Amino acid sequence: MLQPLKGVTVLEFSQYLAGPYAGLRLADLGARVIKIERPGSGDACRQLATKDIMVDGDSLLFHTINRNKESFCADLKNPDDLATVKKLIASADVMTHNFRPGVMEKIGLDYAQVQAINPQMIYGEVSGYGNSGPWVHKPGQDLLAQAVSGLGWLTGNQDQDPIPLGLAIADMLCGTHLAQGILAALVRRQKQACGAKVQVSLLESMIDFQFEGLTTYLNNGRQMPTRSELANAHAFLGAPYGIYKTQDDWIAISMGSLSQLALALECPALDVPNSQAFKQRDSLKEALAMQLQTNTTDYWLARMQAHDLWASELLDYDQLLTHPAFKAVSMSLQVTRKADGGNGAPVQVTTTRCPIRINGEASTSSKAAPSLGADTASILEALQ
Amino acid sequence: MKPLDGLLVLDFSQFLSGPSAALRLADLGARVIKIERPDGGDDCRNLYLSDCVLEDESTLFHAINRDKEGFTADLKNPAHRTEIEALIRRADILIANFRPGVMARLGLDYPAVKALNPQLIYGEITGYGNEGPWKNRPGQDLLLQALSGLTWLSGSSKDGPVAMGVPVADIFTGAQLVQGILAAVYGRGVTGEGAHVEISMLEAMLDFQFEPLTILLHEPSQKIERASVNGAHTLVAGAYGFYRTADGYIALSMGRVADLAQLLDCPALLPYSDPACAFSERDAIKQILADHMPTQTTAHWLSLLEPADIWCAEVLDWDQLMNHDGFNSLDILQQIPLEGGGKLTTSRCPIRIDESILWGNKPAPKLGQHRNAILQEIKNNGGGNE
Repeated sequence: MLQPLKGVTVLEFSQYLAGPYAGLRLADLGARVIKIERPGSGDACRQLATKDIMVDGDSLLFHTINRNKESFCADLKNPDDLATVKKLIASADVMTHNFRPGVMEKIGLDYAQVQAINPQMIYGEVSGYGNSGPWVHKPGQDLLAQAVSGLGWLTGNQDQDPIPLGLAIADMLCGTHLAQGILAALVRRQKQACGAKVQVSLLESMIDFQFEGLTTYLNNGRQMPTRSELANAHAFLGAPYGIYKTQDDWIAISMGSLSQLALALECPALDVPNSQAFKQRDSLKEALAMQLQTNTTDYWLARMQAHDLWASELLDYDQLLTHPAFKAVSMSLQVTRKADGGNGAPVQVTTTRCPIRINGEASTSSKAAPSLGADTASILEALQ
Repeated sequence: MKPLDGLLVLDFSQFLSGPSAALRLADLGARVIKIERPDGGDDCRNLYLSDCVLEDESTLFHAINRDKEGFTADLKNPAHRTEIEALIRRADILIANFRPGVMARLGLDYPAVKALNPQLIYGEITGYGNEGPWKNRPGQDLLLQALSGLTWLSGSSKDGPVAMGVPVADIFTGAQLVQGILAAVYGRGVTGEGAHVEISMLEAMLDFQFEPLTILLHEPSQKIERASVNGAHTLVAGAYGFYRTADGYIALSMGRVADLAQLLDCPALLPYSDPACAFSERDAIKQILADHMPTQTTAHWLSLLEPADIWCAEVLDWDQLMNHDGFNSLDILQQIPLEGGGKLTTSRCPIRIDESILWGNKPAPKLGQHRNAILQEIKNNGGGNE
């Protein structure tokens, strides 16, 4: 069962990252995913280049998110195109969109109208901040969802300004939650032959992401977390949890018994009961930071390993990508498409594959992201 | 009715990665039985976050394990083993997050379990996969952040490595596992076959970083570098970041530098108006804004930017968020009654199905709390030969 979703068709009206990331994972798991795109420009992500890298007219970012999908062009404001899209909806299993509230109603493809065409449709909807309240019309963008969610105050040290996470965490988790909801609804449909509306928002996903810290805050009289003065890695965890400088590099130290740590690191100041790990967090971290700078990462790692304490070196991308441990998970994937709308020479993109393995195997489809409208003609033909 | 009503999950996992996957399945309607060893159970029971304890257990444990039942078993004890086999025969999903080889030694690896229940979906999380030099390393969140390159993405280039202050590897891996498990449950409905669904935290972290990694895999000569000030995302051009204002902080998302120069009355930005230089001159643009934004309040800047449809937001902390109508209208908090009469306030499942919220209702189990009831249930239903 390498492709558990074989036979499932997904229509992706979503753009940018959150919705298309859900579509990517569904494709990885065997679904046929058809992007429904505006003629002429398509998913706005096609032109959103990071580091100005374009491949065959589309941004490398678009290629990263949309491999293994098809593309169908339709102008949803054109009645003929809309009629065709409704035909596709009639035989599809899942659709996703991330338009702002009200847009799909105006087009005539809100859940109620889609249900009338296909009562078994699983209808996935991504918003920024839900469908009510003062933020409904605020742009649903990753950094803004991070900003309002309080997340900025968890990363970095106490004397620093709030720091956003350096990846599109809201988009990626929200897309993951969308896929979870869609898959649960597909499971229910097998038993009950009913469709579903599945809704997620960037902000709700950011609240869920912070649920362990938030639950502590909500049950301890709303004491705000404070990041540690140095080596902060989790505002709710005591010493030694954090990243420290050594004589030659860095070291990450996880949880463990402080007395063992004192022994392993030859640092008597750490030899206090574990009940003090949070109360004396900053002074313990200070003592640890001083001691760790007196020797090398390798030296400390060997000593910690001997005491069965959890620690590791830090890798940057150059080190990671050449490391045998990276090669061992065979995470890179080459995908290919023909250039110039299918008429040119093959172009290749090297990216990462789906992280999930089923029965020991990961999906390794070599199908690159589609050129805009690459599949319009064949899909129209199949509709005849 | 929740969508996964009728599915039975056996959760052998500990801490956060596996248990957060089981929590999501519970929220979506599955019945989750947490299998723990009799002496102490899930180590997370005693992992106190900032020393916060509710009815003898960490708030962390309560948050992760609500809406599950508790069953204890010593997997090396033959009598307990028979009980576990009876549960496996009737389960739909099993979740484990031990290091490679541990479940095999317990006789509960996928081939052994498949022999008991060929239709079972077996979801497994490892730290680094079953091969390679790291396979026996502890799969702990901070270590995964350290080894996967993640610590060089947040903050600014002068900061040194910056850990993400949330256990992102655990949470992201657990969320991915849910996808694999549910896809396999769907596939089982078509083919009648069970499946082994595996993910390592390392692979999940590589997927999480697929934007920067694809750049390096596709063009190895590229470098991924943080901005020198007000870093936010290594790949995004222009102002993108959080900025201090006269009374707080504001987030500036993507937008044309020329528009910001005009709307914020910041002529120093004008030389950077050409969108073609927005990435290469990112540090200069950010520094100018870092100097300019503290001259006025957040509300003042928002009043200039929002009407012009510039993407921006106030940067809130939790106290401010909890008091904001934008948060309260989400209805995202829930109160779960605890055994001892107290209440746990926590956030709910972020997914809505058919316009309904998926509320939880049960507190996290005491160690082995439902053991007798579950054994009785197995007995009543024919001793597990069902």
